[in-house]
Amino acid sequence: MRHLKARNKKAEAVFDWLEDEDGDVAALQQSPPPPHYPAGCTTVFSPGWEVDSAGGTAGLCQPVERDLYDCYKTCYWPAQVPDYLNNHPDWAKKCASATQDWRKIDLVFP
Amino acid sequence: MTVVHAAEMHRFRAKTQELAFLVPSSLIVELDPEARAILDALERGPRLAEEIAQTPEALQALRELARVGAVAREDGVLPTPLSALARPVEPPPLSTLVLNVTNSCNLSCRYCYEYGEDRVAPSEAPALMSEETARQAVDLLVSQSAPRARLQITFFGGETLMNWKVVRPTVEYARRRALDSGRFIDFSLTTNATLLTDEVIQFLSENRIGITVSIDGPRQATDAMRVYSDGRGIYDVIAPRIKKLLAVERSRPIGARVTVTSRTLDLRSIFSHLVGEIGFDEVGFAPVTTAQGRDYAIDANGYDRLLEEFRHLTDDFVAAALEDRYVGFSNLSDLLGEIHQGVTKAYPCGAGLGLLGVAPGGDVGLCHRFAGSGDHDFGHVATGLDVEKRRAHLERGHVDKRTDCRTCWVRSLCAGGCYHEAQVRFGDRFKANLHMCEWIRAWTALGLDAYGAILEGNPGFLERFDERKAG
Repeated sequence: MRHLKARNKKAEAVFDWLEDEDGDVAALQQSPPPPHYPAGCTTVFSPGWEVDSAGGTAGLCQPVERDLYDCYKTCYWPAQVPDYLNNHPDWAKKCASATQDWRKIDLVFP
Repeated sequence: MTVVHAAEMHRFRAKTQELAFLVPSSLIVELDPEARAILDALERGPRLAEEIAQTPEALQALRELARVGAVAREDGVLPTPLSALARPVEPPPLSTLVLNVTNSCNLSCRYCYEYGEDRVAPSEAPALMSEETARQAVDLLVSQSAPRARLQITFFGGETLMNWKVVRPTVEYARRRALDSGRFIDFSLTTNATLLTDEVIQFLSENRIGITVSIDGPRQATDAMRVYSDGRGIYDVIAPRIKKLLAVERSRPIGARVTVTSRTLDLRSIFSHLVGEIGFDEVGFAPVTTAQGRDYAIDANGYDRLLEEFRHLTDDFVAAALEDRYVGFSNLSDLLGEIHQGVTKAYPCGAGLGLLGVAPGGDVGLCHRFAGSGDHDFGHVATGLDVEKRRAHLERGHVDKRTDCRTCWVRSLCAGGCYHEAQVRFGDRFKANLHMCEWIRAWTALGLDAYGAILEGNPGFLERFDERKAG
């Protein structure tokens, strides 16, 4: 903004926002923009997947297999699970509730 | 070929700076000569962009004005209006409850909306709030306010101190509930000061309870309307008590709340009496709420005079601010605070949003002025809040639903004015306070001029002012 000056808090906030939107001329010494995280798994918080309160996997509130299952449909993650869109739509059919039925998830032989 | 027009705004100037208050965003921008020339050119209506911006710099200025929403294209590419963004409104968590701990009073002020001809709530309701009801109100506030950490309870009346025996334990109970639930509750109280005893003063001070005293000025002004039922004025009773209250060391500013009538329009002498002689930190003026035709109602000439008086008090405020001194003229300091932040309001006040009023019997109403009035109730402290009624209120009360406000440049600060004032005046709480529009616009313009003067003359004052408001 060369011809306008922000003269109250709201205007300062809007001017800052507009400037960010425009981006600014960045010199080479300046640090690059932060990496882009896709929306998806990273915004989902499903406690008890990874580690338990002691840092191990013995006391998880959901079985580790739940993690595998979640990679299949609820959110995409390039884990080794069958694709449900084209080739294996019924892979998890017998698994109504991951925490109870994970043993029923089928094996897939490509 | 692009046709452009100026968006809604109010232009004003400080000593040397050219400023514009933009509507409805409440942005304040300073214009350089190029930007100014463009807005000047658009003053009489839409023009061709190519015509008004012939140099690269002028074109840049036009672009910048368009980006902040001060200029728009005629082809319908307008900045998104607020209403387009407004979703169906969900009542927010509570932040404030006003407890009408009693609706009886030891005075018979002639202009009173609680007892006079303009009352909204029926009179058969219980006169004193019980301790049990007050506790239920506190519980309601605590349970309906998550995730807010700071809550507010205001004790109101009638005359609040007539039910002191409930106020005191309620403060203690609320403190415990706040502690248990990890919150902070702030207390305030409004009183006519007739019942201020040493014990009360000490408790208020020790508990950091914010105090507002209703008083209309020196003896003559106060006693004109504020009287006992036998007609005796109260000034001589309250003046020594207030001085005692003000003499106690205090950590919070103590304010006077002046109801202005047609008989008490000499605001400057009222102000200097209350601040200079009595010693109040802040004085706020409110024109009396009343139906038309009462002899104490302020007529059109009276409102001109009121504005004139506000202008003088504003001049004094600005002169002091330029010397880095603070003058406690609440009406102006509230307005300046909103201007500085760039506040935009969809509703005129917090009533029905985070604030609700509780009647002595426990009915929850829109605010303390409506509590117990039946039609305007939103539930009961014992049975909880009526979400549907709250939602319906917010749907109807939104400023974008008020056609009267649609073209007004102060709508994002005023949002239509007091619900109770509208109810008394027009029998409809959603009606804009149409009798006040001219006045509010003139007063806001005055506030913007004051803002500009302070911004240019002593910008640091506004920063410290923010801290004061926040503190």
